[in-house]
Amino acid sequence: MTVLRYLFAPILALIVMAGSAFAQTPLVVDVTEGTLDPTPIAIPDFLGADNREAEIGADISRVISNNLQTSGLFAPVDPDAFIEDITDINLRPRFGDWRVINASALLVGEVTIDENDRMLVAFRLWDANTEQQLQGLQFVTSPDNWRRIAHKVSDAVYERLTGESGYFDTRIVYVSEGDGPNGEPIRRLAVMDQDGANPSFLTDRSYMALLPNYSPSAQQITYVSFRDGRATSYLYDLETGRQEALFDSGPSLASEGQSLSARFHPNGRELVVSAERHSGHDLFKFDLRSRTLRQLTTHPADDVEPSYAPDGEQVVFSSSRGGQSQLYVMNADGTDPQRITFGEGRYTTPVWSPRGDLIAFTKQRSGQFMLGVVAADGSGEERILYEGYFVDTPAWSPNGRVLLFTRGDRTREGTTYSIWSIDLAGFNLRRLPTQGEASDPAWSPLID
Amino acid sequence: MKRLSILAALALSASLAACASQPEPAPMPEPEPTPVYEPAPEPAGPTPGSVEDFEVNAGDRVFFALDQHTLSNEARATLRRQAAWLSSYPGARILIAGNCDERGTREYNLALGARRANAARDFLVSQGVDPSRISTVSYGKERPVCNQSTEQCWATNRNAMTVIQSGAVS
Repeated sequence: MTVLRYLFAPILALIVMAGSAFAQTPLVVDVTEGTLDPTPIAIPDFLGADNREAEIGADISRVISNNLQTSGLFAPVDPDAFIEDITDINLRPRFGDWRVINASALLVGEVTIDENDRMLVAFRLWDANTEQQLQGLQFVTSPDNWRRIAHKVSDAVYERLTGESGYFDTRIVYVSEGDGPNGEPIRRLAVMDQDGANPSFLTDRSYMALLPNYSPSAQQITYVSFRDGRATSYLYDLETGRQEALFDSGPSLASEGQSLSARFHPNGRELVVSAERHSGHDLFKFDLRSRTLRQLTTHPADDVEPSYAPDGEQVVFSSSRGGQSQLYVMNADGTDPQRITFGEGRYTTPVWSPRGDLIAFTKQRSGQFMLGVVAADGSGEERILYEGYFVDTPAWSPNGRVLLFTRGDRTREGTTYSIWSIDLAGFNLRRLPTQGEASDPAWSPLID
Repeated sequence: MKRLSILAALALSASLAACASQPEPAPMPEPEPTPVYEPAPEPAGPTPGSVEDFEVNAGDRVFFALDQHTLSNEARATLRRQAAWLSSYPGARILIAGNCDERGTREYNLALGARRANAARDFLVSQGVDPSRISTVSYGKERPVCNQSTEQCWATNRNAMTVIQSGAVS
């Protein structure tokens, strides 16, 4: 799909001329501290000249409203409270009508579908207090892409008000869990929009699929497949549905060895993966072009769960080389491994933040599991964001502000698994809307 | 979530026997055997060389301590019986599956399960079983025999399970 995107500059100029200068602090939403006081934003239904346009307009507003609310940073104002009825997005709103219902921001938009079935969606974001237009954009696409447009508008609003890039026009790959008729485990890869819409399966019930990760282009995923009877690193092309074992267990690997969850280098051409060799697990670098495998670690203890830094210069991984599992950072060529965790407990599943400064991890202590973050250089105290019965597979939002994770809850029938999100400040814990039990989330980059 | 409830019950009793920390029950006084004069019963039990024979008379699984892949004395005893059985039935091929409890991350457990399967394989090889007859696999924590979130279940699920793949007497 192609989305044309440009500022509608002439209209913007007109409005700036007519704008009155209110002595008010400009609206800025603080994303760093998390918030218990989300910014109120009014989002009237996007306008349409006929029923079809108006219906899509209302759907778009509903999706935007849900996105912004779910972020925890915004509180959409109840439409029943609206006073002004927006009839034309090119007229200045009556800002007093919006301030009186405590809306700090106002998002208005309209949908136009032309005779060639091309849909144009335009929006304006207003600061209700300074009465300034903060953003004005339009998108052209086909009408069936209305959800993507809603996500792109959400990203634009988030970006304008927080100063950070958004994460709404993204998808999430995960593992859908269940049991077959004879009690056999069902583990299928599934994919959905970040808000849970458009769910579909990528793999069938005939083999277990675990631990997916996105490529930087969002067009491929790696995962662990039991297609060949044992855990094997696979590469899956999301556009063609074609999949293949990442590498054959050739002479460099033990013939019976398994390979685990591969993660992409930010260059998209290399991957780092833990594979079994000589009865233990070491880290390897795999080059997609030359199809060559290079061993990075040789310690007799198990080295698993590797993840690249966003600059590709270093790799963080977990290892039992010090006794119980701890986190280590080494250069991407395998040199100079340094332990970065020294706290009490077993540390696992390190994942480097896309911003580079933090590493998310899980840890087990005194029968509880924790989700935390620690500075990538090991300095400072770790911060625990969530503690519960079971936690696994942290996954960063593309802007590094939100983490997804697998959460296990103890029930009478055993442990049930679901995917949750939490922001970096430890606020806004939410369950992702998946059907049935789910685990192993992987968050795509922003989609172009 | 309902799976393998019958297996779970079987496995539970096996784990109790394998658990070293379980307090020993006080020995019951043995009653004097009373002589009984009856015709000898037909020989019962599994067909020698069958999968059932292996499971009942050798034992098809060994258990591990939390986060460990070293073999206990009980595990070694079971594996010695497996090796003896395999030497009696040289056509049999086996798959050893390493399994873990649910108290670890998915990837960590896949690695730990492989360690457990390898430990069992290496011991069988040390007892003279030809390595070409043995395959190994790790299921991590994905194939628990017991589904409750209890210490006892977890102990049951920390195992290396030997499955006769071919060559057994049917």
